[in-house]
Amino acid sequence: MFKNLTVGRALVYAALLLMAIYYLLPLYVMLTTSFKSLDDIREGNMLALPQLWQGGAWSKAWAEACTGVECNGMQGFFWNSIKMTLPAVAISTLLGAVNGYVVSMWRFKGSDALFTMLLVGCFIPFQVVLLPMAQLLGYLGLANTTAGLVLVHVVYGTAFTTLFFRNFYITVPDELVKAARIDGAGFWTIFFRILLPISGPIFVVCIIWQFTQIWNDFLFGVVFAAGESQPITVALNNLVNTSTGVKEYNVDMAAAIIAALPTLFVYMVAGRYFVRGLTAGAVKG
Amino acid sequence: MAALSINNVCKTYANGTDVLKGINIAIEDGEFLILVGPSGCGKSTLLNMIAGLDDISSGDIAIGNKRVNELSPKDRDIAMVFQSYALYPSMTVRENISFGLEIRKTPRAEIDATVKRVAEMLQITHLLERKPGQMSGGQRQRVAMGRALARNPAIFLFDEPLSNLDAKLRVEMRTEIKLMHQRLKSTIVYVTHDQIEAMTLGDKIAVMKDGIVQQFGSPQEIYDNPANLFVAGFIGSPSMNFIPATVVQSGNDIGVKVCDDRGCVVLPLPHDQAKLANWVGKEVIFGIRPEQITDARTAYRDGLPVMACHIDVIEPTGPDTLVFVSLNNTKVCCRTHPTEAKYPGESMELVFDVSKAVLFDPKTEARIV
Repeated sequence: MFKNLTVGRALVYAALLLMAIYYLLPLYVMLTTSFKSLDDIREGNMLALPQLWQGGAWSKAWAEACTGVECNGMQGFFWNSIKMTLPAVAISTLLGAVNGYVVSMWRFKGSDALFTMLLVGCFIPFQVVLLPMAQLLGYLGLANTTAGLVLVHVVYGTAFTTLFFRNFYITVPDELVKAARIDGAGFWTIFFRILLPISGPIFVVCIIWQFTQIWNDFLFGVVFAAGESQPITVALNNLVNTSTGVKEYNVDMAAAIIAALPTLFVYMVAGRYFVRGLTAGAVKG
Repeated sequence: MAALSINNVCKTYANGTDVLKGINIAIEDGEFLILVGPSGCGKSTLLNMIAGLDDISSGDIAIGNKRVNELSPKDRDIAMVFQSYALYPSMTVRENISFGLEIRKTPRAEIDATVKRVAEMLQITHLLERKPGQMSGGQRQRVAMGRALARNPAIFLFDEPLSNLDAKLRVEMRTEIKLMHQRLKSTIVYVTHDQIEAMTLGDKIAVMKDGIVQQFGSPQEIYDNPANLFVAGFIGSPSMNFIPATVVQSGNDIGVKVCDDRGCVVLPLPHDQAKLANWVGKEVIFGIRPEQITDARTAYRDGLPVMACHIDVIEPTGPDTLVFVSLNNTKVCCRTHPTEAKYPGESMELVFDVSKAVLFDPKTEARIV
């Protein structure tokens, strides 16, 4: 392994190692701290392993920690986030797939203009839509509900998902669609039978992106949801900022990891299916 | 199977570009039509319009006796083979071939029988369970043809189907397509930019340029009697020699004067003398194919004009040796017998078969005689 190790190589590896440590160290500190007792935290070294491993902070973070007035831990908010993220990801991804299919394969008068407008949607900062969106949710009777948050994320995310799918379908030769049209397939048949089966990679990309964005969103959550319907990011903020008595770093750390677990999970599971080149061989080799 | 007629078809894009300017082509049931021309001549657009993938701006297209202008592709009873093959990547070969039949709600047993028949005909039975990604270019090409054959349409459309194959395979597939046509007696419209494919495959060729059919006829007609300078230069390989020359009266004959660095000769032309008389003293383009300038042994009859020319370069091709000489300051290619060809720097007696030579107006590029 070290046979081909030149000075340059060694420097590159050293730099990579340093970067890895830089990014992994906080995770290490969070993990070890979450398993320490408060005394251990106060007296010991931040980098040291726990003297006694204990999971009390985790169960407290999950079920008992105070997030403001309520003291039921993160559990309810975790499910809020799940209830918000799953439908929002599913709807925005499917909408994006259909949109991308239309703007790449079924050009109509003004389709380019429509696509440009959608593209601009990607660059609109969150803050700009806050007030109009609050109005809209009010009109629709969805203010302070999970359904309202789903709507916000679908509207905001569709611009991105459309862009993803459009850029993917534009690489698919349009002769494929022509061939299917001659074979007698219609709009939906072509979409479901020809294009969806080769869209695996872009679905994975889109789902990872949307899941991370929506799960990690704080601003929309804090503005458009209140109390019981808040997502986990807002709850985490409240938990960390609730100051009654002693500051429980171990509980904070455990709560933060709980809030981050689903995105980690999505990366680990979906990343494996991130295989490129499923279309290879459809056209000239 | 059905005849195809294209009447005064035009295509103008939204930005005002005229791609097709009044196309008129008609072929009989069972004929093999080639649309050939350089890229951008509108041949693929015309094919897409026959398929119904592109709208017609004006004019009519009829398949059989039915006007199809407004019909969608699936209702035109056509099948198409694409340059990129356009096989459905997620489907096996079997599914690719049966897809169109399934959509048309053909009974399962009939689909299976059709797939079997087509696969046997194209010798792809062993590939039926494979996906397009697991096959070579030639195999994909066969599957694409199989998909078209399975549908048994009134007209087959081919859009440069061989241009992604390597040279050897291309020649093989060319023969197979021709065999298939002879066997099935199907009506075929075939787009290519390759004049050899055009000559070898077609019953009728439409040579296109700038959205206009320059000439429509049988391959031999087009080869022997090109309508204008473009067609003459496009069809044939090596291409026809175009020698700028002056028409002169010499005794009773009218001919063209050609010179090399050592002297001039008048090549008398046996064409319509009345027409030629109008051009005496004027500049024309004298068109003569390489095989019409050859050695005395290969020339098939006596009494043809002969000129001793200085050889610049020779290119042996095996069956023939191409001899390049310079006439009227133009490089001229002559096809000679390998054993008769002399070497560069030497002089060689070349026989001009002027009976098949053609003259073009240098301004309009139209044929004179």
